[in-house]
Amino acid sequence: MIHFFNVSKVYPNGTAAVSDINLKINRGEFVFLVGPSGAGKSTLTRLIFREQLPTSGQIFFRERNVLRLGQRELLALRRQIGVVFQDFRLLPRKTVFENVSFALEVIGRSRRVIREQVPHALAEVGLSGKEDAFPAELSGGEQQRVGVARAIVKKPQVILADEPTGNLDPDTSWELMELLERVNRDGTTVVIATHAWDIVNRMRKRVVALDNGRLIRDEAQGSYGHGA
Amino acid sequence: MGLNSLWYCLRQTFVSLHRNCWLGVASAAMITVTLVILGTVLLIAVNAGHFMRNIESTVEINVFLDDGADVPDLRQRLNGLRGVENHTFISREQALQELKESFGEKSDLLAGFEGENNPLPDSFRVKALEAEAVPALAHQISFFPGVNKIRYGEEYVDRLVEASRWVNMIALGAVILLAAGAVFLIVTTIRLSLVAREDEVGIMKYLGASNWFVRSPFVLEGIFVGLTGALAAVTVLGGTYYCLLAELQKVDLIFFLRPVTDRETLAPLFLGLLGLGVLMGGAGSWISLRKFLRV
Repeated sequence: MIHFFNVSKVYPNGTAAVSDINLKINRGEFVFLVGPSGAGKSTLTRLIFREQLPTSGQIFFRERNVLRLGQRELLALRRQIGVVFQDFRLLPRKTVFENVSFALEVIGRSRRVIREQVPHALAEVGLSGKEDAFPAELSGGEQQRVGVARAIVKKPQVILADEPTGNLDPDTSWELMELLERVNRDGTTVVIATHAWDIVNRMRKRVVALDNGRLIRDEAQGSYGHGA
Repeated sequence: MGLNSLWYCLRQTFVSLHRNCWLGVASAAMITVTLVILGTVLLIAVNAGHFMRNIESTVEINVFLDDGADVPDLRQRLNGLRGVENHTFISREQALQELKESFGEKSDLLAGFEGENNPLPDSFRVKALEAEAVPALAHQISFFPGVNKIRYGEEYVDRLVEASRWVNMIALGAVILLAAGAVFLIVTTIRLSLVAREDEVGIMKYLGASNWFVRSPFVLEGIFVGLTGALAAVTVLGGTYYCLLAELQKVDLIFFLRPVTDRETLAPLFLGLLGLGVLMGGAGSWISLRKFLRV
């Protein structure tokens, strides 16, 4: 589904964020990208989303070359990917319901579809009954679940999460991971960049370890690794 | 983009206008003030131009003829001259008659100058299309056979031409400066409202919104604000202008100043101001947005 060929990204200031990455992520997989800060995890997720272009190498998403997308195709790509952020990125002046429906409005879905799918997504993340609350009235864990609801409401092929538990306490983090695992069981590919080693070790999922921009380890049922 | 998006954008426009009510009012007021000043300058310029043309149209070249000049031949030559609006032949008898009329009750003083004793020459009165062309025309006509003397109020015409050139240049300069200042102010105001919503724009891009989708509510909002401001400006300007006309009418100055009242001139001016308001609002939003759309 996602395929990296010899991908390198050098930032204009000369920092090599990722170097020579070869990686294949299949449909329906659950993948952790791990490594210390600055290892290139975030860059890798940004490259999939084409928020950034690689300096060299090729990236394919469902057999399409991500580097050669026109404006329309780029939008189509982004519509197949749901993104979850470390800092949630909810709109403070919109209610929970509006924040989630926003994802559908933006891609031009009808109000009928919105009325049908938003409650469904909110139920899936366990936030039924909080539709009219504003983000500031929710706990961090609840806010991040709104973020997940917003990502899954458009039924994407892939969920990309960059440090989704970075601002959450351990219990809430664990709940969130279970939620993402449930989403994955329904067939959605999930890619999570994280350095929450305890969670990674407990879940026994595929682990792709990066260090200094290089892929150093790729294990099907891996752990965070030693000395992390 | 389908109908769903269109509805969304329209709803979004009004929700945002409602939420950012005061910023919208401030932008609209800015447009109103600018357009009122701009409109005032334009109205003054239009009226000054009109006034100049009125004066210009009264400028005539008096061509005095030798005794026994070939009148049909001269008429032919004047017909062939470029820049002449019209010309009339004034016989010496007519000239005397006009002189008498201008003397009014004291016309008896001119008794005894009739017939053979008439000292006045035959003449042509030539009207030029433009005051600026008068000196050149006069010069040309002076070489026609049978022309004795030419009078056209030389210094008077020169000064008029000079004055009208200055009025036009100052008006043009003021209009350009004001328009540029207005656009700058509006871009600043709209950018303020955008900074408040920068996160929203960023998130929209992450969710896969097209530039078109992100932009239209903002641009529609700008257009709406511009239109509101322009409508207010046109109302204020139009009201004031017509009140002023009514006042002038009362004191009989209207016949001297002859302000512009015809619809053919005023309608495009006011419509132009409306259009400019809409353009400033829309363009202001568009320009301010460019930097936020690069995600």
